[in-house]
Amino acid sequence: MEVADILIKFGLIIVIFLISLLVAMYSTYAERKVAAFLQDRVGPNRAGPFGILQPLADGAKMFMKEEIIPTRASGLLFIVGPSLAIMTACIGSAVIPWGQSIEIAGRVIPLQVTDINVGILYIFGVVSLGVYGIMIGGWASNNKYSLLGAIRAASQNISYEISMGLSIIALLLVTNTLSLKEITEQQHGFWQNGYFSWNFFKQPLGFLIFMVCAFAETNRSPFDLPECETELVGGYHTEYSSMKLGFYLFAEYINMFISSAVMATLYFGGYNYPFMDWVAAHAGSNISAILGVVILFGKVFAFIFFFMWIRWTIPRFRYDQLMNLGWRTLIPLAIANIVLTGLVITFLK
Amino acid sequence: MEPLSSKRKVLDVKPLNFWERAYLPAILKGLGITISHFFKKDVTIRYPEQKREFSENFRGMHSLKRDEEGRERCTACGLCALSCPAEAITMTAAERQVGEENLYREEKYAAVYEINMLRCIFCGLCEEACPKEAIYLDGDIVPTDFLRKDFIYGKDKLVEAPLNQ
Repeated sequence: MEVADILIKFGLIIVIFLISLLVAMYSTYAERKVAAFLQDRVGPNRAGPFGILQPLADGAKMFMKEEIIPTRASGLLFIVGPSLAIMTACIGSAVIPWGQSIEIAGRVIPLQVTDINVGILYIFGVVSLGVYGIMIGGWASNNKYSLLGAIRAASQNISYEISMGLSIIALLLVTNTLSLKEITEQQHGFWQNGYFSWNFFKQPLGFLIFMVCAFAETNRSPFDLPECETELVGGYHTEYSSMKLGFYLFAEYINMFISSAVMATLYFGGYNYPFMDWVAAHAGSNISAILGVVILFGKVFAFIFFFMWIRWTIPRFRYDQLMNLGWRTLIPLAIANIVLTGLVITFLK
Repeated sequence: MEPLSSKRKVLDVKPLNFWERAYLPAILKGLGITISHFFKKDVTIRYPEQKREFSENFRGMHSLKRDEEGRERCTACGLCALSCPAEAITMTAAERQVGEENLYREEKYAAVYEINMLRCIFCGLCEEACPKEAIYLDGDIVPTDFLRKDFIYGKDKLVEAPLNQ
């Protein structure tokens, strides 16, 4: 690889990293604003116009707060927990195709950090590593309620990862590839060869299962058991304070961003949009690619909004209901979806 | 069991049907309700900039009134203190001296007039009891303070500003 290529990759990594952080930062603000609007309130409006400096103020507060480490907590692991959580959240973005390739001065720059041919498996691997952050955090706190919370969160993540994986298998039967880039390319445009090209129209049930599991994996609303301090003593982050807690919460928002991007890529055509060929022919491929990136981010933001919308609509599941839904509804449904997809592919193609 | 009244109603809990058990229609309905609130006008009042107006019969801080010529109306009769259920009002009466006719309306006036705002329950009985229309609870909310002694309001805080100001 040439030096220039390495520099380009490096730049891309930095840019995507910064964008993830920025989106996560403003998700906290957007969450509060959306919550306020859904409840006929105003929301944060003190810091800057419309309160847009609120995330900075929150960040400053988090860093300034006193850091409390329980006396008999295991020192190193207590710090490793949140770092792992945020690290695993960040590295998932590496395989997501953010757009078509851009051509600058004869050099083709793919807007994807790396197109490995096991893209989805990589994401699944990274997501399951996230459990370590939670588990280690809960264990290192030296608090039985934290440990219980960590076990609860970990078993929730693992349970829902099963049905998530099963729902993906049906999609893989359709696409025949694990590479996210190729999956996106297959959903080219919007209308292709007489049918809608986005996977959502081929796998609506699979998408539903995947989305529910994504909610559970990111510890988002109907499944946000770590957030109910009053009923369940919060959970794995009970003993954390200042920016360590901030990292845990921030990791949740990055996870939300990444899982939105994955959902948009797998099921909603990623950077594809209707009439993209026409745009590419008339305005040039670079313009089309950039428009594609904007479209992808639009889809991602729509998903993030949906996450928040759901949060202020559906009440939290009880733990047994959560397990019931995961094991006795979603897994059979996902398996039925695989069988159904298999039958359709076998007999109709 | 014998019904206690004719209003007894037997609750009939039907098992949920398929769509109810699937939750999704209910969830979609809920999403519809919440999103409709997204576009509604907010009902909050932006407090420091915008203040909500009190109703006309709001009872706030007391004020001791002056008459048309700027003289204090209070004659220290003590009826307000007597009618006060919280015993928040104390006063000391004094005789008007020659040359003070422009300050006090009657021959007797309140040299000291104190209301303990921590005791006051803002019932408005002092207002009703006053035969001289000298006290009204027409002020704002009593401001906060740090010391208990600062809540005993003397004439400096209670008497209306003179007319010519």
